[in-house]
Amino acid sequence: MGSHHSEPEPWVVHRVRALESLLIEKGLLSTEVVDKVVQTYEKDVGPMNGAKVVARAWVDAAYRQRLLADGTAAIAELGIGGRGGGDKMVVVENTPSVHNMVVCTLCSCYPWPVLGLPPVWYKSPAYRSRAVLEPRKVLAEFGVTLPDDTEIRIWDSSAEIRYMVLPRRPEGSEHLSEPELATLVTRDAMIGVAQVQAPVATR
Amino acid sequence: MNGVHDLGGKHGFGPVERETNEPYFHADWEKAVLVMNLVGMVKRIYNVDEFRHAIERMGQAEYLNTSYYEHWLASVSTLLVEKGVVSREELEGRTKELEQNPGAPLPDRKDPELLERMMRAVRKGMAEASEPNPAPRFKTGDTIVTRNWQPAGHTRLPGYARGHRGRIHAFHGVYILPDAHAHGRGRCPEPLYSVAFESGELWGDTAEPRERVHIDLWESYLKPVEG
Repeated sequence: MGSHHSEPEPWVVHRVRALESLLIEKGLLSTEVVDKVVQTYEKDVGPMNGAKVVARAWVDAAYRQRLLADGTAAIAELGIGGRGGGDKMVVVENTPSVHNMVVCTLCSCYPWPVLGLPPVWYKSPAYRSRAVLEPRKVLAEFGVTLPDDTEIRIWDSSAEIRYMVLPRRPEGSEHLSEPELATLVTRDAMIGVAQVQAPVATR
Repeated sequence: MNGVHDLGGKHGFGPVERETNEPYFHADWEKAVLVMNLVGMVKRIYNVDEFRHAIERMGQAEYLNTSYYEHWLASVSTLLVEKGVVSREELEGRTKELEQNPGAPLPDRKDPELLERMMRAVRKGMAEASEPNPAPRFKTGDTIVTRNWQPAGHTRLPGYARGHRGRIHAFHGVYILPDAHAHGRGRCPEPLYSVAFESGELWGDTAEPRERVHIDLWESYLKPVEG
């Protein structure tokens, strides 16, 4: 894309443009819709949404309870996602004795309203095949080594229920405000393949 | 369908490869495919179960040799043709024209109503709400065994979880049965459960310790276990 030398474009580029132009002609699409939806995923609907939810749960015990009891409603309280025709969210909590990890072995189901577009590795055959069979090995590749007595809970998203992990609040983050905490929370921690790291200054 | 898409527990795919600072998209055409698929579902030209099954039907070798958005493109084109929105000839013809004249601009059109519906779908997700009936047959804590169910069509009972004992972890509500909905056989709503399986039950001696897999399964995938 945007390259200055003149290699022929692959077939897929023409095929997609052909579909796009036919759908526009038939009154089913507009280029503005394409641009605005893409812009929304690039700027507004991404892991920053999930991070806000996590930070709130870390500072507000009552919110944490509501989040674990009814993820959809508690997330909607922050103006994210919503009830009445929308994804049902289940939030699962990591503790010193339990680690959760999310996968979709059959396709690539992912909690889009809170995490945005899934990364390529999440959709890859390697992750989808191995997360259920050998999660400890997969976690080790991601740099997470858990004690043998930690229970690992895998959530295979085979229906329309979407899962998000509530990671553990790192030690050394006690002095941080809710917005500061949100900046520590990564996409991978909310999928369950990473732990949230303490802020650099206190590490 | 016992296809290669049913990846849970398969061997030989190597380590999970990650890209640092991965961009949202790797090419502009991926953006158009993403949005065209959302339009197909928002406008109810097809449903999500038909969409997933059309990916499963794309060809087993091709599935493994193509990217995520190529899967989507295959499914979207198949369904738009099957549903009569575009004809195969139109699509092939237009593709050839654009190969010969790649600079041809896209037609101009505004559609504020579609834009509004799409933004709502993006922010809320598109899943349908739970239905009131029928009442669930199982309760939390019940032991079940999954059917040895081998349909040629669409199902959401993964191969690795067939014929195994599990425990009802939670009842989610009553949801459209994908096995029917992907094949134009209506919604057939059924109770949906989170079912927990011990890793040893699924993987035998090779299982990693203290692992439990939770899978969301519809009631007709499950049979009661006495005692």
